[in-house]
Order: sequence, then C-alpha cells, then structure tokens
Amino acid sequence: MLRIEGLTAEIDGKEILKGIDLEVPTGEVHAIMGPNGSGKSTLSYVLSGREGYEVTGGSATLNGVDVLAMEPEERAAAGLFLAFQYPVELPGVGNATFLRTALNALRRAKGESELDAMQFLKLARERMKALSMPEDMLKRGVNVGFSGGEKKRNEILQMALLQPSMAILDETDSGLDIDALKIVADGVNAMRGPGFSALVITHYQRLLDYIVPDRVHVLMQGRIVKSGGPELAKELEAQGYASVQAAA
Amino acid sequence: MTANAPAGAAGFLARYEGLKDHLPGARKPWLNTLRADAAAHFAARGFPTRRVEQWKYTDLGPIAQAHFAEPLTMVEGAIALPVPNAPHRAVFVDGRFRGDLSTLDGVPYRVLSLARDLAEAEPHLGALARPESEPLAALNTMLFEDGLFLDIPEGVEGGLLELVSIAVDPGRPFAFHPRHLIRLGAGASLTLIETATGRGQCLHNPVFEIAVAEGATLTHGRMLQEEATVFHLSTIYATIAAGGSYDNFTVAAGARLTRNEIHAALTGPKAACHMNGAQMAADGQHVDTTTALDHAAPDCASRQTYKTVLTGRSRGVFQGKIHVHQIAQRTDGYQMNQALLLSDEAEIDSKPQLEIYADDVKCSHGATVGALDADSLFYLRSRGIPEAEAKAMLVEAFLHEAVETVTDETLRGALTRALDNWWSRQGAAA
Repeated sequence: MLRIEGLTAEIDGKEILKGIDLEVPTGEVHAIMGPNGSGKSTLSYVLSGREGYEVTGGSATLNGVDVLAMEPEERAAAGLFLAFQYPVELPGVGNATFLRTALNALRRAKGESELDAMQFLKLARERMKALSMPEDMLKRGVNVGFSGGEKKRNEILQMALLQPSMAILDETDSGLDIDALKIVADGVNAMRGPGFSALVITHYQRLLDYIVPDRVHVLMQGRIVKSGGPELAKELEAQGYASVQAAA
Repeated sequence: MTANAPAGAAGFLARYEGLKDHLPGARKPWLNTLRADAAAHFAARGFPTRRVEQWKYTDLGPIAQAHFAEPLTMVEGAIALPVPNAPHRAVFVDGRFRGDLSTLDGVPYRVLSLARDLAEAEPHLGALARPESEPLAALNTMLFEDGLFLDIPEGVEGGLLELVSIAVDPGRPFAFHPRHLIRLGAGASLTLIETATGRGQCLHNPVFEIAVAEGATLTHGRMLQEEATVFHLSTIYATIAAGGSYDNFTVAAGARLTRNEIHAALTGPKAACHMNGAQMAADGQHVDTTTALDHAAPDCASRQTYKTVLTGRSRGVFQGKIHVHQIAQRTDGYQMNQALLLSDEAEIDSKPQLEIYADDVKCSHGATVGALDADSLFYLRSRGIPEAEAKAMLVEAFLHEAVETVTDETLRGALTRALDNWWSRQGAAA
C-alpha cells in the first residue's frame, strides 16, 4: 500500500505540493484528476525521485518503507513504477537491451537469477503480443521514431515486464487514439489483482471508462480537495473543476 | 643523451644533420633534396605554437621542450602483438617494417616497405604532403625511415589489411616518423584497419599520403590506443578522384596528446569522403581532431561526424574546415561534432568553418556540447538500472553512434571494441 501524509514539495523555491494526504491500499486502482498546474505530474516525479524537486515536509511510504529517502533505482527495486507522460528517446540504446538491463537489474536487486537473451526474448515477445506491439520495436532505439501511441505502449510493456507492485501512470492517455487507449487500458487491467496497485493520473475522464478506478481524488492547487467513487470522475466531466473549487 | 643537447626543433634538426647520410635513400639525390627542403621548412618554422591559428587550442610545448631521439637500431626478436583484426597484417615496430612479424601470404597485391622499395616510391613520395605549410609533415619528411607502401593495381579488390604500429619503450624519450603511401588504382578497393599501441616517452609522428583513383574505394579505420605517456601527431593527406571514395573512421583512445589531422581533397566529380570518429580523453589527456576538406570538383559529397567524450581534467578540440571551390557546384557537405563532458573540469573547443565559393551548394554543420542528459539518466534509473550502469549505457550509445555508419562488420566490430575498452577502463579508474 502507498501511504502519503502531509507531503509538501517545491521546485526552485516555489511550493507546488501543499500537503497531500492519500492512501492507495494494495490491490486498488485510484485516479487523480485535476486541472493543468495542479501538481499532478509533480506528485509523480516526487514519488519516483526525479532531481530538482525538493520535499519540504511529510512522508511517502510503500508497504511501510520510506521511498523518499531512496535513489530512483531503489524505488524501482522496491516495486514502484512510473509510466512517463513524455517517455524519453534514447538514440543508440536498443529497446531490447534497455528492457533486459532493467529487468535483470530488478531481478538482481531481488536476489533472483538474471535472464539470458533467449529467455528474455521469449518473455518480451509474449508481453508484446498482448499489447499488439510489432516485434521490430525491440530492435529499435528506445522510443526513437516511435509514434505517441507506440511510446505509451512501450511504457506499458515495461510495466508488464517489470511487474511493479505500485504503478503511477502519468497522463498515459494523452495523445492516444481510442484503439491505442483500449490497448493501454487492457494492459493495465491485466495487471490488476491482489499484488498490484496503481495511481492513474489523468486530466480527462475518458481513460477511466476503460480503467475503472476504485477511488477518484481531485487535486487542485497542490492539495487533494475531494475524493469519491468512480462516479466523481463523471461529475467532473459534466461540471468541470470549477464546481469542485467552488465547493472546496 | 647529454644535458646540453638541444631540445625540441633544434634537437630534431641536429639529429637530421647527424643522420642524413645514414637515413634510407641517402644516396638518392631526389630524396636528399626532398629531405633538405623539408629541413629548411622545419628550421624556419619549428614546432607550431599556439599563435598559429590551426594550433590555437593544442599546445605542443611539452614536445618542443623534450629531448627525443630516433631509435638507431632495429628492435629485434619477438614482440607481443595485439589480437589480429584481419587475416593479413603488416607490422611496424618503432616505425620500421618487420616482415617476420607480418602475415601477408595470399594478399592479392604487393605490400611494400618504403625503406626497402624506395625506388618505386619516387613518383609518389611527397606528392601530397605539404612540408612547407605543416611543420609536422616537414619533420616527418626530414627524418622518416620507413612506412607502409601500397600501390594497388587497377580493379583489384584488396579485401582487409591491418596496419599494426607498436612502439617499444627503450627507457628514454624516443621519436619515430613513419611515412605511409597508400595508392589505389582505378576501381580498386581496400579496407585498411590500423592499430597503434605503444608505451614510454614517445613521439609517434606518422604522415599518410593517400591517393584514391577513379572509382576506387578506400575504407580506413584507425584505432589509436597508445598509453598516456605517448604523443601521437598524425597527418593524413588524401586525394579522391572522380567517383572514388575515402572513408576514415578514427577512434582516438589513448596518448597523452593526440592530434588527428586530415587533409582531404575531392578532385573529380562524384567523389565522396566520409570522416568520422570518436575521440576520448581522461584526466591529463588532450585530444584534437582537425580536418580540412577541399571540395574541388562538382557533384561531390562529404560527411563528417565526430564525437568527443571527456572525463576528469582533460581537453578536447575539434576543428573542421570545409572549403567549397567555385567549380564545386552541387556539393553536398555535412559536418557534425558532438561533445559529452563527464566532468566539470573537462574542456572542449570546437571550431567549424565553412568557406563556400560555389552558389549551388548544400552544406550544413552543427555542434553540440553537454553533459549526460538528466532526463535520459532519470528514465533509466526509474526502471531500476543503477546510476553507474545507466551512465555507461548512455556514454556507449553516444560513442557507438559514431561508428554505426561503418558497413564493414569486421571493422565496425574492431572499432566498437576499442570504444568499449576505453570506457571500461574509465569505469575501472573511477
């Protein structure tokens, strides 16, 4: 379970997160919605350990372990995964090499044996088939020349291979057409179960038609201002964030 | 070596005076004239100083002050040879050909030694080098003793040949100045893989004169891997005739100071020249790539991509000049140099230079300098890849791009190994 208490953070001296309280119990999928600039992406970066964000107060634990004190790679080893809003292109780094290196780094951290190239390829092909990804995406540079939809599918492929216990999906729906959105949603839904939680960050309700959340939280001006069931997302879609702000 | 023997240029000139009657070809008047003229040029200019524009960023002071001597005797006997990169190889020790260490059976053309076959070299030696404008070429002409001499006949497919240069430390500062002549007849082809290794206080000052005739193709891969006590100053002169191509790929991954200077001229229509390379330097090292490309005929294409990686207190230089002559219409020229600085104390100087006198020309250049991309590094680490491993992946990716255009798999493999060896040594040192 992910537990965030009173989390405050700033960038360049500007406070963005102003006291976040949030719990995502094991096995549940929660959504965070909010207007642009509310702090959604900042929350995902603070949790995954990107440089440039200073945590000024509060705590965040994953299964009781303080993640804020860890290096990004240690957070990954602890089971945290961030699907990037803008996946980075890495020219010259083959996608297969990248995926295998990541998978083996996590297996090493867990004390498991590493997969050789053949074992890895078998696993990767299996997972790619489920995501309708062409096999040549393994041979290309990481995200190099990928369409927006391919990049997001590549994020979900990484999640499917690395099997995190807690995934944060940062605007994974942005730039996706409806077919790609369904594929991505199927990928996330396939992971759902007692050992997997997710925090789905989105601007629009559309994604939540396909990944139906257990809870929806509204983030505005660095705070969770409202929480509710999946119906809250529909309410927001119909009435806009202004209604929540007025009520808050 | 006496304490009051002259250093630097004066020392070399004194060596020349003392040795000139014993150097190879000392009884050939044409060669004596060539050497004497070169000596006059070298005496007039000495080692270039940083006041000379082309040497603004590279200081030869340490060489100009050192007492180098040319080894007078041949190194005999067995030498530890590097792992071969090709089935055939010509081995030079301290700049002298060692037939007994070379493997040349079945090579489909003659492999000559300049010292042994000087008479045949007369029409070609000095045809391209410019001792009057490049003092290092003057020094080489004055004192060269040997070198690889290839004159591949028209239409011959030369396959792969390795040129191995080994410097053996005699325990005192020494210099050698090999002169290599590589000539390809019309339609001929060759892939030359060059490796330079060596140790000790040493100046390795090779000059290449390369002539690629009509429709011929020369691929020239270079792996400069001498130890960090060596000064490596190489100058390549190449001319490429109509429809011919010269591809140079250089990995400069050693030496205290490396200057990789290439002068290439496209002299006939539809000639092509590719110059690519990766140069790396660690603490205390200096590495310099300087290219000058003459587009002297229409419809020619040139491509240059150079990568620099610097760690510790090191310095890198890239200077690239493209001169498009008025006659060179429809020139297609491209030049890119990219530097990756892995330490705050590293410094790169980059100077692209285009001079265009034709009006129908496509010519572009670009330069980037930076540290490892923080977003890329975070992306890898967020997937569980430890920081050191993530950095290594990004540096390797950066370097491998420099050689990915190499089509010959043997050569690409050798160049990639040279890059990876350098990088793994940095990891071991860190």
